[in-house]
Amino acid sequence: MTQMTFARAINSGLRKSLENDPKVILMGEDIGALGGVFRVTDGLQKDFGTHRVVDTPLAESGIMGTAVGLAYRGYRPVVEIQFDGFIYAAFDQIVCQVAKFHYRTQGAVKMPLTIRVPFGGGIGSPEFHSESPEAYFTHTSGLRVVSPSNPQDAHVMIQQAISCDDPVLYFEPKRRYHDKGEVDESLDAAGALSMEKARVVADGSDVTLVAYGPLVKTARDAATAAADEGVSVEVIDLRSLAPVDYATVEASVRKTGRLVITHEASQSGGLGAEVAASITERCFYHLEAAPVRITGFDVPYPYSKLEMHHLPSLDRILDGVDRALGRPNSLSGREG
Amino acid sequence: MLTDELGQGGTAAEGPGNRAEHQGRTSGNLVQLITPAGERVSHPEYDPWVQDVTDEQLCSLYEDLVVIRRIDTEATALQRQGELALWPPLLGQEASQIGSARTLRDDDFVFPSYRDNGVAYCRGIKLTDIIRVWRGNAAGGWDPYTVNMATSQIVIGSQTLHATGYAMGIQNDGADSVAITYFGDGATSEGDVNEAMVFAASFQAPVVFFCQNNHWAISEPVRLQSHIHIADRAAGFGIPSMRVDGNDVLAVMAATRVALDRARRGGGPTFIEAVTYRMGPHTTADDPTRYRDANELEDWAAKDPIRRVKALLDRKGLLTEKLEAAVQQKADAVAREMRSGCINMPDPEPLDVFKHVYSTPNSWLDRQQDHYARYLASFGDPAGAASEEGAH
Repeated sequence: MTQMTFARAINSGLRKSLENDPKVILMGEDIGALGGVFRVTDGLQKDFGTHRVVDTPLAESGIMGTAVGLAYRGYRPVVEIQFDGFIYAAFDQIVCQVAKFHYRTQGAVKMPLTIRVPFGGGIGSPEFHSESPEAYFTHTSGLRVVSPSNPQDAHVMIQQAISCDDPVLYFEPKRRYHDKGEVDESLDAAGALSMEKARVVADGSDVTLVAYGPLVKTARDAATAAADEGVSVEVIDLRSLAPVDYATVEASVRKTGRLVITHEASQSGGLGAEVAASITERCFYHLEAAPVRITGFDVPYPYSKLEMHHLPSLDRILDGVDRALGRPNSLSGREG
Repeated sequence: MLTDELGQGGTAAEGPGNRAEHQGRTSGNLVQLITPAGERVSHPEYDPWVQDVTDEQLCSLYEDLVVIRRIDTEATALQRQGELALWPPLLGQEASQIGSARTLRDDDFVFPSYRDNGVAYCRGIKLTDIIRVWRGNAAGGWDPYTVNMATSQIVIGSQTLHATGYAMGIQNDGADSVAITYFGDGATSEGDVNEAMVFAASFQAPVVFFCQNNHWAISEPVRLQSHIHIADRAAGFGIPSMRVDGNDVLAVMAATRVALDRARRGGGPTFIEAVTYRMGPHTTADDPTRYRDANELEDWAAKDPIRRVKALLDRKGLLTEKLEAAVQQKADAVAREMRSGCINMPDPEPLDVFKHVYSTPNSWLDRQQDHYARYLASFGDPAGAASEEGAH
């Protein structure tokens, strides 16, 4: 076990993938000499060369489209989109090409791309640097979408994403890049918990709290705070956003009868809606209350002096937990 | 009035009143080796690239052109008869497609648009596979790796980036094969095509950008896309380019060979503008009489790619009755084969709708498939039950 930051844990996972498979090739803006604006690829170009760690022109669609061509040729490209808000320039290539080639060619052409996206807010950035665009991609058939919440998962899941024969969107919670954790680099990624499985990160019996990426830490802190008030919160780290491991969520809700979902992304049409609907379909008669969503608002990501109002905080999540439990809360006396 | 630049032999001059004037200064030299009247004109720079084309090969190119036109005509007929949902005719563009595709090696890789069915024919793709998509029977017609040609791309210009990336892979592998991508004049306005040229130039990727300027992007004339010759845009990216008579199969062949040779020798990308004309509609759903002058079609009919090769063969004394009969026979046989392949194509099974979305199981999709199979089975109809079991 080694103590390392979230960013370093991804770096270490990328290094292992580069070492293990000569077809793995990293592409992106400023990922070479600079090591990426968040230093996630630090030192990799020096060690693996400019042909395997490729600084590209500033053209997101170009990066994605050439990665498609490399995949066609048998490579496993790992593409870095510098910031969440820049991914839209590559949206057409991701949705129409990356996601569809396997289907279009009836399985003949595989698209084992990994698309790394630093996402989410909380770092005081200007616009387009704090977004949570995951729902656009969870809505797109042909893609897999994951988001790690801690250094160990980040290290393992990046390797699993790269070795997956389907395209994977890998959302990195950028405000957690500097968080430190114990990472076992000797862990065999293939044998570790699959990136498609959710994980119960805190056991509880009163309410199920579902989170992913940057909010898993907040959710755990909320569970700790709730415990002080005698409320037992079970926290689930989704890890995979498409597909969601509903079996794990369902098992928890069948036990607690209550569900709170939290994410930074806007509420309407977001992943929280999908989880609420699916769990309601699967175990409606085990629910004691309507599912509660604690999310970002349906606004453009706000300027930094306001972002703390937009981002689900520990207190706002606890307010949601109270609502799910029918305890006094900010909406007491109102329906919906 | 559109340009009459293709009426001249050799390096055609840009005449007054044509599009070149509207476009301002351009290099404008158009490579032509066979005039519309079927005269073989010499060109010191390009002749050497087709010197090895024997009389026999010329006859074979003639056959290709005729057969492709017949395939195209038959497919249009199949659409009119309700056997195909849609067809994008390539009428008029036969020389651009045959001339370029016949110069490729088996290990080169093609990234085409939806109209490049002549190229598909040259790559040896089965006729039934060519029309599979247009009948609505499959998402893609063939396995790209068996013929080294990607399936048809519908998103305009998208495939140029795939070709460039593939070429970067060739470069990494140290191979001397080439990626060639086909697109139209409209595509050159797309960001992806421009980004592809940026990437190709930066990495000196072995890729050929083969633009068929057929003068129309559905209803939009080429002057809406570019105020200079399209080939001249390449210079801005640092990519050498050629403008070639796209209705001249030999000139296209020569230009493509120049580009392929440069790519194989590590000289990077080349841009070819094949100046041709879409004589038919954009697709069978289009009506070009709403937006273009019939006179224009007549002008281009005079520059027909097949007629000039036929005239050349005649001049050379090669156009025998025997040849004509053999070519006709081949065209008829191919058309029959395609028609029969089309009509006898088995329909997909209902649960095929779930196939190949992912390469490994997906819990969301598996659940939906399970529910839909149960739904179908609930009718108790044999087709539904059979589908559920995956049997036919």
